[in-house]
Amino acid sequence: MRLDILNRGYGAGTKALFALIRVFSGHPVPDAAKIVFYRSDFYGARAKEFTHEAMRGASSWSVADRELMAAFVSKANECAFCVGAHTATASRAYQDGAKVQAVLADLDSAPVEEPLRATLRMLGNLIREGKASSSDMRDVLSAGVSRQQVKDALAVCAAFTVTNRLADAFGFEVLGPEGFDAGAKYLLKRGYR
Amino acid sequence: MPEEDKKRAAFQALVDRVLNGEGKASAEQRALAFRNADVPPSLEPLVGKVATRPTRVTDADFAAAKASGLTEDQLFEVVVCAAVGQAARLYDAGLAALAQASATVAGEAESCGSTS
Repeated sequence: MRLDILNRGYGAGTKALFALIRVFSGHPVPDAAKIVFYRSDFYGARAKEFTHEAMRGASSWSVADRELMAAFVSKANECAFCVGAHTATASRAYQDGAKVQAVLADLDSAPVEEPLRATLRMLGNLIREGKASSSDMRDVLSAGVSRQQVKDALAVCAAFTVTNRLADAFGFEVLGPEGFDAGAKYLLKRGYR
Repeated sequence: MPEEDKKRAAFQALVDRVLNGEGKASAEQRALAFRNADVPPSLEPLVGKVATRPTRVTDADFAAAKASGLTEDQLFEVVVCAAVGQAARLYDAGLAALAQASATVAGEAESCGSTS
């Protein structure tokens, strides 16, 4: 990563944990996981709590839907690390990689329900334009999405707006397919805490 | 507490910590990065890109910020604040648009009810 402190600035206990994870998973700890251990009282502790709540807290969106939103938001932000990580996680969660790839390639023709399509479209517009209109939101509500579902989707968007930026600013190493798949298994089993 | 409030409250706790808790960067430096406004020239390229064009951040942006005297710990905090600030603006914009849409829909329903 671009800051040496994020590569080497961890205590002995954290370094030992990273080594254990490497041994048991067969993969080095991804930079996205490392960063939340760096001075966790400043950023990591609360970031993990918020991201876990957005991605695994109560919601009428499924875990798979929210992982797809994370991948879609990351694509809108052009964040290669997070697109890889959450494409893998959404694909595992749905047990349908083709569906995830179709959404990322062309939302309009992808085989998803209209409420999810309208929500993803709204998130993409919000990221690209930096603003949202009441007309955008009426379109989403008209597609059958509840107000609570919109709020839940906005929470996913906020979580990955942060992570996407840290990934690109600090230069997270983009993993290969095996590395992303190992991360996906972990995220679906343990979440983000 | 309803789940909707738990998500929002968890985000606000993150915002409050990075802006108002102890840090290596000053509270003013963190606030300016969060707002992406009035940032000193040595930090402006880095903060501006983190907020709006994060894929364009380069080693040179960090080098320029370090040359102005900031430590890596201070830069870590500044970048986190810039990222969280952009997320906060989008989150707020989305919730405000939703509230406006909901009010419009409720108004139309009331109007229909009163004329039927």
